[in-house]
Amino acid sequence: MSTIEISNLHKSFAKLDVLRGIDLSVGTGEVVCVIGPSGSGKSTLLRCVNLLEQPTSGTVRVGDVEVTDPDCDIDGVRRRIGMVFQQFNLFGHLTVRENVTIAQRRVLKRSRAEADRIALLNLERVGLADKAGSYPAQLSGGQQQRVAIARALAMDPQLMLFDEPTSALDPELVGEVLAVMRGLAAEGMTMLVVTHEMAFAREVASRVVFMDGGVVVEQGPPAEVFGNPREDRTKTFLHRVLEPTSVSESEIGAHLSE
Amino acid sequence: MKLTRRRRQRLARSAGYVVFALVILAVVAAADWGTLSEAFFRLDVARSMFPEAITVALRNTVFYTLMAFAFGLALGLVLALMRLSSVLPYRWFATAYIELFRGLPALLVLFMVGYGVPLAFPDREIPGGVYGSVTLGLGITAAAYMAETIRAGIQAVPKGQLEAARTLGMSHTRAMISIILPQAFRIVIPPLTNEIILLTKDTSLVYVLGVTSTTIELTKFAGDALNTRVNPTPLVVAGLLYLVITLPLGQVVRYLERRAARER
Ligand SMILES: Nc1ncnc2c1ncn2[C@@H]1O[C@H](COP(=O)(O)OP(=O)(O)OP(=O)(O)O)[C@@H](O)[C@H]1O
Ligand SMILES: [Mg+2]
Repeated sequence: MSTIEISNLHKSFAKLDVLRGIDLSVGTGEVVCVIGPSGSGKSTLLRCVNLLEQPTSGTVRVGDVEVTDPDCDIDGVRRRIGMVFQQFNLFGHLTVRENVTIAQRRVLKRSRAEADRIALLNLERVGLADKAGSYPAQLSGGQQQRVAIARALAMDPQLMLFDEPTSALDPELVGEVLAVMRGLAAEGMTMLVVTHEMAFAREVASRVVFMDGGVVVEQGPPAEVFGNPREDRTKTFLHRVLEPTSVSESEIGAHLSE
Repeated sequence: MKLTRRRRQRLARSAGYVVFALVILAVVAAADWGTLSEAFFRLDVARSMFPEAITVALRNTVFYTLMAFAFGLALGLVLALMRLSSVLPYRWFATAYIELFRGLPALLVLFMVGYGVPLAFPDREIPGGVYGSVTLGLGITAAAYMAETIRAGIQAVPKGQLEAARTLGMSHTRAMISIILPQAFRIVIPPLTNEIILLTKDTSLVYVLGVTSTTIELTKFAGDALNTRVNPTPLVVAGLLYLVITLPLGQVVRYLERRAARER
């Protein structure tokens, strides 16, 4: 059974065709990592899943709900989809505890005591129970991102979307966030992850999807995509990402997406 | 001695100070201090204005300011939300309102409220008498300014905040109330405090509505005293009382702006 089912998804901004016919499914408990060059439409794809972007055409199903149906209760669907952003997007005027409880209380209508209990549980899960009283500005980037994960988990989501969760972090803080995500994957959470952390994708992903120019170029188990890529575009991309110091001067002109 | 860059700077600055001091001295020497203090600083005249200057005039000035501010803030918030709404007629209305009342003198609007509204609705009265008319007359204009300030504050909240809130399943309205507006108001507190200062001064226009001895505010109070005592000392007293309100508010603005700059 799949949790996400995307078929023939198109998305354009004005004249720019960003997604050009995406078919992708994510099964329950699967961890799918999306990789690809900048501007290939990875974020847009993720944002179409919970309708932060309105697709131009095509369908997206989450569980048994078609989110692209104009009559679907989008707030109800979003409640079951956790999302973690590159820029954390914690609520700056609220403490860590309030960040994690506000949607539980206002959306799920949990009591204060219940929301606090679940908040603490999830903050423990990301190793930040002692920061409940702090404000986001008092935390490091890595800590903020872990709070953002706890905030999403407190809503008991069926699946989690991650959009480059470690790209805004100093290198020494990347590990703590990836560790939390690895833990989630091990617990069987369904995850769709856009990432530039190839080591993470190789180790944790059940499947790796390579996108370029608004289409899925290639997908498969990490061992295959990384170890034995079939498509030239995948090879070029991996070469540039995995061995950036060995990119020769003659390659610079050739742009990846045609 | 060679003229280095530092020496030249020092020389230019000293020359500036000397000229400045000479001008001040010349003005001070030319003024007739005896007559001036006789006119503007007569203690007996000043004393005769109290306690009414504070218990009535200052009190009413503060009261008018707060009422107009409260009304302007509420209406300004509604207008700001309409301006940002996805409903086209709302946007039109808000834009028209803001452009209109930013472009009209506050005095003219006060006149219209004071004389136009009773003519237009002869069977009704603005509730609260003069207090109601002042609240409307000054608040209508203040709302136009505050709407623009609040709109800018809302737009200054990063887009990701709304996205994060919506992603957690909050409706647009809920996200506005719990996430966006609290942060927007933190941003606009300094400019809104400035708006209170401007409103405080605009209450001096209220006399055109015809005020009584109980609804009188500072400027009219001083003007009346000027007439009866045939001495301008009351103007100085009223000026000082205005400063009692506006100077601390100015300090608050500066403090809030400094704090906001530090948090960024
Ligand atoms: N709201 C928007 N309006 C117009 N163009 C947009 C919008 N959002 C994205 N785009 C464009 O769509 C293209 C794909 O953007 P997207 O953010 O999905 O790429 P990405 O693969 O996530 O890239 P990156 O790795 O840099 O995050 C880019 O050219 C971008 O400029
Ligand atoms: Mg992106």
